[in-house]
Amino acid sequence: MSDVNQRIGDIVQGNGVVLFMKGTPLFPQCGFSSKAIAILEHCGAQYESVDVLQDMEIRQGIKGFSDWPTIPQLYVGGEFVGGSDIMMEMYEAGELQQLLAEKAVDPAT
Amino acid sequence: MPMPAAQIEALILAALPDAQVEIRDLAGDGDHYAAHVVASAFTGMSRVAQHKLVYTALGGRMGGELHALQLTTAVPN
Repeated sequence: MSDVNQRIGDIVQGNGVVLFMKGTPLFPQCGFSSKAIAILEHCGAQYESVDVLQDMEIRQGIKGFSDWPTIPQLYVGGEFVGGSDIMMEMYEAGELQQLLAEKAVDPAT
Repeated sequence: MPMPAAQIEALILAALPDAQVEIRDLAGDGDHYAAHVVASAFTGMSRVAQHKLVYTALGGRMGGELHALQLTTAVPN
């Protein structure tokens, strides 16, 4: 549709596990992003992160990309998984660990 | 921008009349909430779809006026 959708599409397709977040894994700038990182770390996941605060086009575009109004957003195997609340629910049910184990194939390797 | 819990509940109930809505004000500042929504409308939907239904009920306030709403959803037992 637009260039930003193309950019985001390339990012989610090009990385097995990618989190769009505010800040960086070491310095999250929002409690929800911080929680999302903590969950991924706890799962021992290999992931990429995109700091939307450094890219206003992605910050706005990511909300339309998956019709999801908030950040963070997790994508695994090219598909939208959810925000931090869904990540926590899935983690508590053991589903996130399973998804990461099944689909987290890094195309670069 | 604070938004009263009653308004959040009313918006959700307007879209999902049979829902049970439980809202907690996490920080006591009228700006950080946790909502648990149980509704039969969620039956058979993915978590993402369930959450989207609630976000739609909130009419675009999520991510703007409403920054901090932790959301959990469930179908009735």
